[in-house]
Amino acid sequence: MEASKVIHAIYTDDDVLMAAVKKVKSAHHHIEEIYTPFPVHGLDKAMGLEPTRIAIASFIYGCIGLTVAIVMMNFIMIEDWPQNIGGKPSFSYIENMPAFVPIMFELTVFFAAHLMVITFYLRSRMWPFKNAENPDPRTTDDHFLMEIAVHDNEQELSNLLKETGAVEINLIDKAH
Amino acid sequence: MEYKISNRLRLTAIVLMIVGVLGVSYSFVTSGKTFEQVETMLANESHHGGGHGEEAGHDKEADHDTHASEESHAETAGHDNAESHGAHAEVDEHTKHVNHVMHAMHKRPWAAIYVAAFFFFMIALGVLAFYAVQYAAQAGWSPLLLRVMEGITAYMLPGALIVLGIAIASGLIGHYGLFVWMDPDVVAHDKLIQGKSGWLDITWFGVRGLIFIAGWWLYRHFSRKFSIAQDNADDNKNFKKTFRISAAFLVFFLYTESMMSWDWIMSVDPHWFSTLFGWYVLAGMMVCGITVIAMITIYLKSKGLLPKVNDSHIHDLAKFMFGFSIFWTYLWFSQFMLIWYSNIPEEVTYFIARFNDYQLPFLGMVAMNFVFPLLILMNSDYKRIPWFVIMAGIVILVGHYVDIFNMIMPATVGDQWAIGIPEISSILLFAGLFIFIVFTALTKAPLEPKRNPFIKESEHFHY
Repeated sequence: MEASKVIHAIYTDDDVLMAAVKKVKSAHHHIEEIYTPFPVHGLDKAMGLEPTRIAIASFIYGCIGLTVAIVMMNFIMIEDWPQNIGGKPSFSYIENMPAFVPIMFELTVFFAAHLMVITFYLRSRMWPFKNAENPDPRTTDDHFLMEIAVHDNEQELSNLLKETGAVEINLIDKAH
Repeated sequence: MEYKISNRLRLTAIVLMIVGVLGVSYSFVTSGKTFEQVETMLANESHHGGGHGEEAGHDKEADHDTHASEESHAETAGHDNAESHGAHAEVDEHTKHVNHVMHAMHKRPWAAIYVAAFFFFMIALGVLAFYAVQYAAQAGWSPLLLRVMEGITAYMLPGALIVLGIAIASGLIGHYGLFVWMDPDVVAHDKLIQGKSGWLDITWFGVRGLIFIAGWWLYRHFSRKFSIAQDNADDNKNFKKTFRISAAFLVFFLYTESMMSWDWIMSVDPHWFSTLFGWYVLAGMMVCGITVIAMITIYLKSKGLLPKVNDSHIHDLAKFMFGFSIFWTYLWFSQFMLIWYSNIPEEVTYFIARFNDYQLPFLGMVAMNFVFPLLILMNSDYKRIPWFVIMAGIVILVGHYVDIFNMIMPATVGDQWAIGIPEISSILLFAGLFIFIVFTALTKAPLEPKRNPFIKESEHFHY
């Protein structure tokens, strides 16, 4: 059941937030989202988030870039028009390979970097003209916000959150 | 934690040294073949090989590089003309060829022991430079490993003296087995070496070497002294002193390391030069040094002697191994590609000799020093697994031994190279000596520095 009501607990200190996350997790409440103005070291571990796989994606993109470079230069320089340019051996790819290495390297890096960034944008749903999803503008400055789904346990939850040092607890109805 | 060298390790080191000494002596005794012996051997070889002509043709390609340095005794490049000459010329060519092979055989044990000595020395020097960087950069992760590094750098002084000693002895008693420019006969007929004789002079070579070694040793001596004094001090005066001398040492080191690499390695090919050679040697030195730090740290940790070292420290060392492996490859390739691309005859002979006669070691080392660490050490999780780091480290060390082998051998023994008793026993000899000196030095001070200003940070280092 998709929760229509959520609680927004607001904190003013990242250490307090970290302690609160641990407490909420140990009470077995599901944390929907946390908004912070800056990266809080260890927050993903405390929330139990899966590690990112973006490095693996980047490695694959790099391999693709390397392949593109090799196939491209093999076709252009060796197969299509094996011209004698300054005495460089164009008889086979391997013979002229040192000259191709700078391009192979650069295309590997180019593909790995750019496709990884694009993957990051897609997976994080970020693009120009996207509506900001920020529930409270203060979270971009000096406040931390934890969003927890409510399943008819509003009182219990707000008591728990108060204990953890939240400076503000708001019940938000998400249903429109 | 106090470390005591185990009897088993000490015994292993001593056995390695004894086996090494026996093997090295054996190779020196058996290398002194006479002209007739070599002639018979070559005749036997050509019976199954398919004739002297083929062998001569093979030599011709290989020796473009070395022939200039062999001028006094052999000019194998002339072999291809042998057929067009009369019988007399053929006999003359034959004598030259046999002489050439004989000289290569005489040089082989010298070259083998020199390669091994330099390899183990460069580990210690690389660690010394890395150690100075840790102080100069005020690194917070590494203080727990400083004593391990100090243990390894104990080998720097004996190792450097042995390398310099072999280099000079090869000239004085070894019939110029390593450095042809030491041979007055060669210099007399060689305009190029004559032009360089202001630098390539055996006395000046020795004095220069001693200056380099003295500078490195002074740094090692005082940084070790201050490091131990810091343990019982009540202020950070000693640390500050080490910081200052480390910065000064790094300046001195970068100049002397370059010159050392010209002297001790590049001058085996006195007709060839490369401007980035010093950095190239430096990169190999650093990667070997860091690998050995990682291996000894893992060994001591497995004995429970470095309880505060965690897998983040190993991870950092493995990152350095990975990074410097790629840096080494970058320099190796830059040197190779610039020379290959422009293809200037006077420079390119260096790589032609290596490509023709050393294809497997030359390309194999790129796989071992680049492709293998690249793929193995890229994954962040693998860098935390001790046996993974050890395995990668072994491949890197073997790869860099082959790197030094490729620098020295083509200029000395040419196409007569092999990995046999002279090479392996030299490795065993210096491996034993290295283990003995390093682990004895590790017993001389507590393995954990106390009162280093960054030791708390290092203990809680977490990546």
